[in-house]
Amino acid sequence: MWERIGAMVYKEVRQMLRDPGTIAMMFMFPIIQLLIFGVAINNDPRHLPMAVEVNDNSPVSRAIVAALGTTSYFDVTEVAGIYGAGERLLAEGKVQFVLTIPADFSRALVRGQRPQLLLSADATDPASTGPAVAAVNQAVNSALAQQLVGPLAQRQTGAAPVDLVLHRAYNPEGITSHNTVPGLLAIILSMTMVALTAQSVTREHELGTMENLLATPLRPIEVMVGKIVPYFGIGVVQVLVILAAAAFIFRVPFEGSLALLLGVTLLFTLVCLALGFTMSTLVSSQVQAMQASMFYLMPSILLSGFAFPFRGMPVPIQWLAETLPPTHYIRLVRGIMLKGWDWRLALPESFVLLAMLLLFTAIAIRRYRDTVA
Amino acid sequence: MNAIPAIAVRGLTKRFAGRTVVDSVDLTVQPGRICGFLGPNGSGKTTTLRMICGLLIPDAGGGEVLGLDLATKRRAIKHQIGYMTQKFGLFSDLSIAENLEFVARVYRLDNRKARVDAALERLGLASRADQLAGKLSGGWKQRLALAAAVLHEPRILLLDEPTAGVDPQARREFWDQIHGLARDGMTVLVSTHYMDEAERCHEIAYIAYGVMLARGTISQVIAASGLKALLGEGPGADRFSTEIEAREGVEMAAPFGTTLHVCGPDLAALKRAVEPWAGRVSFRESQPTLEDVFIHLMKSAPDNSVLETA
Repeated sequence: MWERIGAMVYKEVRQMLRDPGTIAMMFMFPIIQLLIFGVAINNDPRHLPMAVEVNDNSPVSRAIVAALGTTSYFDVTEVAGIYGAGERLLAEGKVQFVLTIPADFSRALVRGQRPQLLLSADATDPASTGPAVAAVNQAVNSALAQQLVGPLAQRQTGAAPVDLVLHRAYNPEGITSHNTVPGLLAIILSMTMVALTAQSVTREHELGTMENLLATPLRPIEVMVGKIVPYFGIGVVQVLVILAAAAFIFRVPFEGSLALLLGVTLLFTLVCLALGFTMSTLVSSQVQAMQASMFYLMPSILLSGFAFPFRGMPVPIQWLAETLPPTHYIRLVRGIMLKGWDWRLALPESFVLLAMLLLFTAIAIRRYRDTVA
Repeated sequence: MNAIPAIAVRGLTKRFAGRTVVDSVDLTVQPGRICGFLGPNGSGKTTTLRMICGLLIPDAGGGEVLGLDLATKRRAIKHQIGYMTQKFGLFSDLSIAENLEFVARVYRLDNRKARVDAALERLGLASRADQLAGKLSGGWKQRLALAAAVLHEPRILLLDEPTAGVDPQARREFWDQIHGLARDGMTVLVSTHYMDEAERCHEIAYIAYGVMLARGTISQVIAASGLKALLGEGPGADRFSTEIEAREGVEMAAPFGTTLHVCGPDLAALKRAVEPWAGRVSFRESQPTLEDVFIHLMKSAPDNSVLETA
């Protein structure tokens, strides 16, 4: 019995060694997972971009800005002096937080009127807002400790001299599903569109039916479009199901325009199909196509900002994640659904997706041949 | 024979990864003829067929198919060619009727339903039209594949080892169909390993290791080889093949049942070679077979094919 098992083991090992995809799976997967979970994912994100809208130009305000910069939680990327500028930066997604220092802040402080400071957090991603709030409090207190000296020192005793108001923008209750359900749109489309399309052409090759197809007057582009259309139909159904679930089950707010969302979803679906098709021209078997789509899906789920805060990842990983189509699409979906983006705000990310679409289509057309070798 | 040839290719050459799989092959087939395409495994038959039907671009050489230039009119040629691949190339998970309908639509045939129904009727598959093509037996698959390949009434039919693994009766019927199609004017180029099938062709082309070695009707090919043969009969004649083959002047000696078939290029030398056995076995002159000729050609051709071409 052991000899027979040994024969099987020997055969399996030989076959495994001849299959580069399996080897890559065995060695690359643990390494990629280690990198992602060990390095990239951080549930206590630091260096989050923050804007400070200073409507009160005073030493106290400047001290607060300086103190915020010294915490590791925030990078104060913008200091705006125009009323409403902070809100725009938040809407565009350029910053995660806006601290608004109202006009007459320092006067009210001196008078002991407990002026308010408004901290607006982009709560489309509630996970990354929590610990940051405490850090703002601390920064403000340390700035005030410096500034409230001499006769003003008494302001530091008793009730807090400043009232920090937290505004969870776009998701006031911090509901996680408001963040994940729109993101799911990207993940589910990626899973089905990329994986199914990647296997479709390989399948014809593997079954030997491709030779027959190519001997007919079918043009490559006709084969391509004909193969993609049904998958596209599946994608449309998926989008409608998720949107219905978002609206009726999860009660995800829908601030923007449905037409715009469907528009960018169409674009993203085309990117997925083109990518899947490109993959299928690069692999030589269905198994390899599966493996290739796995290699694509794992980072898409983990790095795109779907599962973990995007800004919590180290900068090089963020760059890597920028190359993944879902990263951009997730921003678009959250922007449109939760923040009410109009087409102008949606334009930059849409352009990235469009560029990806053109790139993948060009590769797919270049790689696809109407001959068998 | 005054019409333009259906297939006229010259110097067709194809290299894969530096290895010349097809080397300067010339082939002319007149309309309505059945040309058998023979050669050992990996000799470049499939590659040549693929170049003729536009599935591969030749690295050198060219020609005309139905008067259309192979280099520039690939798509026009595809409309008029029916190609039956070596491996069953229809969709196993579509029904018989669906497969035929697909082909009809791809070629944009008119009266689609009528044509498909007629094809099913001819096949004798009308009652099983909804059965999945993948569930058919080997012989039926091959019939269906042929029906699909000729559904658009092509002027040229290319068949790549169409009868591999098919029982004799199905093969007989298949060849009757091929002759019927040729009578209607279709030109057929069919690759095969079977000698009896080669003998059913109007003419044959023998390719080995990428090089065309013989061309013509069967009697022409046999005559051109210059081979002579002896047939030995007598008790235990078939047991001496190895010893006789080792003799000078003998190219091959093969037992056929209880008889022994000996051949070589020179009749006198052949007779001398079998002399030691003449007492027990009586040898008489006979016709070399097509198989003799092919083995002879194969032995004289350099084998540069190690890998079977995909």
